[in-house]
Amino acid sequence: MNQRENGRIRKKILIVDDSEFNRSLLSDMLSDEYEILEAEHGMEAAGILHSQEQEIALMLLDIVMPVMDGFETLAIMNKNGWIKSIPVIMISAETVPTYVDRAYDLGVKDYISRPFDERTVRRRVVNTLILFAKQKELEHMVTEQIMEKEKSNKLMIEILSNIVEFRNGESGLHVVHIRTLTELFMRNLLEKTDEYDISPKDIPLVCNASALHDIGKIVIPEEILNKPGRLTEEEFAVMKTHSEEGAKILERIPMLEDEPLLRTAYQICRWHHERYDGRGYPDGLKGDEIPIVAQIVALADVYDALTSKRAYKKAFSHEKAVDMILNGECGTFNPLLLECLRDIEGTLEKEFKELSEKGDSQKEIANTVEQMMEGGELSVSEHSIRLLEHERMKYQFFATLSREIQFEYTKTPEMLILSEWGAKYLNMPETILTPREARFGTEVFNKDDFEQLLGDLENTTPEDPMVEEIYLLNINGQRRWSKVISKSMWGEGEPPEYAGAIGKIADIHEDMEKMNKLESRAAHDSLTGLLNHKTARGRISETLAKDEEQRYILIVFDLDHFKDANDTYGHLFGDEVLKHVAETLKNSTRNEDICARMGGDEFLIFMPYKEEAESQVKRIFGLLCDKYKEFQISVSIGVAYAENCGRDYDTLFHMADEALYEAKRGGRKAYRFYNKDGNES
Amino acid sequence: MTVKECYDAIGANYEEIMGRLRTEERVKKFLLKVLSDKSYDLLIQSIEERNMEEAFRAAHTMKGVSQNLSLTRFYHSSNELAELLRDRHDYGADIEPVLEKVKEDYAQMIEQIRKLEG
Repeated sequence: MNQRENGRIRKKILIVDDSEFNRSLLSDMLSDEYEILEAEHGMEAAGILHSQEQEIALMLLDIVMPVMDGFETLAIMNKNGWIKSIPVIMISAETVPTYVDRAYDLGVKDYISRPFDERTVRRRVVNTLILFAKQKELEHMVTEQIMEKEKSNKLMIEILSNIVEFRNGESGLHVVHIRTLTELFMRNLLEKTDEYDISPKDIPLVCNASALHDIGKIVIPEEILNKPGRLTEEEFAVMKTHSEEGAKILERIPMLEDEPLLRTAYQICRWHHERYDGRGYPDGLKGDEIPIVAQIVALADVYDALTSKRAYKKAFSHEKAVDMILNGECGTFNPLLLECLRDIEGTLEKEFKELSEKGDSQKEIANTVEQMMEGGELSVSEHSIRLLEHERMKYQFFATLSREIQFEYTKTPEMLILSEWGAKYLNMPETILTPREARFGTEVFNKDDFEQLLGDLENTTPEDPMVEEIYLLNINGQRRWSKVISKSMWGEGEPPEYAGAIGKIADIHEDMEKMNKLESRAAHDSLTGLLNHKTARGRISETLAKDEEQRYILIVFDLDHFKDANDTYGHLFGDEVLKHVAETLKNSTRNEDICARMGGDEFLIFMPYKEEAESQVKRIFGLLCDKYKEFQISVSIGVAYAENCGRDYDTLFHMADEALYEAKRGGRKAYRFYNKDGNES
Repeated sequence: MTVKECYDAIGANYEEIMGRLRTEERVKKFLLKVLSDKSYDLLIQSIEERNMEEAFRAAHTMKGVSQNLSLTRFYHSSNELAELLRDRHDYGADIEPVLEKVKEDYAQMIEQIRKLEG
């Protein structure tokens, strides 16, 4: 079907009804003129509104629905302010007056009762859209055209001053520089003194007004304005009129007196070429007769002129410009302001560099100006909506490419919105209601993990909003290590209110496995696969530290005459013998026993015992004294009881080692228990 | 069988539906949808499971659908059932006769609509 009607994008209507039949009947009546979106209940609708509020032109809403009924939906729409931007028509067979009243109270615009009549449905939709459009148009006029709000002010001013600069052949950066300098000077000045009638809350206003300082140049003839060489005296006299002309332009605006922005802009326009010594123009004001805002902008203007390239001069370096100003080569200024210049000198250059790196938004403004100058059709808000649409396309594209599950979590109503790819991957809907109870919060995440994650996010602050954690998730039945990186989102109130979070889940399973393998490799002896001494020591120390009973023995042993095996049959054979011994150990010990090769032909075993320990030592001794091929293996064993070591591994080891020495001294092929009198047991 | 004949056979109002939906093609399209609508099955199942809230919603949907299609006879029986089930938590003997009427009307209606298929 045609996406565009009369060259316009078709308006989108969201139908919210649990009956598929009703949805398709309504859709059938409306789809030739509108694009239809459907939702089965209020929660699904809330999900759609959350992401596409700007595009939905109208909503048809049923009352009786599962999960979230029509009234609850209206309540959510009120809470989130959606009711202000989207007209709602209630559709229902319910004609009980209390229902109808309640619906109107909750902001419903109209009411269509069943059975649906095609002409009624279409007429009501059109009427509601027209009425609402009128209302929006009025709002639009109020906010954007009468410029009541600071925000739209800034853009309009930027555009206006850029027009001047375009004509002037300047980069457009000048206005941005003046803005920044004005802000820096003002902040610094306010730290120093309160003798002037300005306060920190005036900063945005003064910055906005500063952008207008040169609007008077619009009346200066092009030949003079853009003359490459120096101006003649007559030409300069014309040029100088721009400050007064700018003031006159503003004077003609009727609300000058009531509008702080215009009053400030007037002062700046008229007096930004006055000098502190009274030798400036147009009025020759002196000292603090010159309004402080004009003094500030004057200094900013001079600084920026010096450091920028102009048709008639090169750009001076930052240091040179500051020197020239401080030496009084470029006019005289309020000594207090010169002090400000000295103070912020260090940060100036950096701030400017960052600004020119932000050149993109600058170009954006320049483009807007060009377009407005060409046809003047494009309204700012349509433009922003297109940009927004563009951003979303980009976002969706990258989200798909990254193969990560991206999510958005909102606290009220509590729901989770997955990226398109993520939803498909998890085989879940994109909008998940009450995720704590849904499969997402109970199966994909372990319930406690999910609660912990949400808790951690809520405990962040707007200054430090990041949460990063690794979880073992259940992805389509498989346990996968995954990294969750998320950032909490905060409302604009004071203090800011926690609103939810955005984040992504990246699969790091392979990396984690690799890491675990590496860790395991580092803990084991490469020849025999037993633990190495360092790891064994660590684990034994842990056990000693936490076990109450301490009924353990440490066995250390080495192979008798192992050197002979190496010498007679070669080192490879020696290695085989060691492996054989290790295998015997593995087969004759239990999982909770700790076996390690300490190096060379020395091994250790750490094991619990019950009544007495000797029988198990004897058993191991018997198993180890074995024949490997031609080589008769025999061992000398030293044993120590853990209860005597004071929970210290090194002491324990020393005791066992002592006993081993005893065994060897006694002629090898024997085991000895340590006893503190130095006698073998 | 024509759409009109079908409407006459099931106690539905052909003039009214044509006045609201405007084309016979659309009326037929949505009438056939009744065949695939799951509300009736849901109603029967919910009643069996004594899930009265779900049963109310199913009856309510059927009432809405039949009202939209001017299926007058079935609208009356499903409406009566929906009102009986509204805010109800427990099953009661009073539901049975009303439910029986719904079953009867539904079966007869479906039988006739099937004839329009194909």
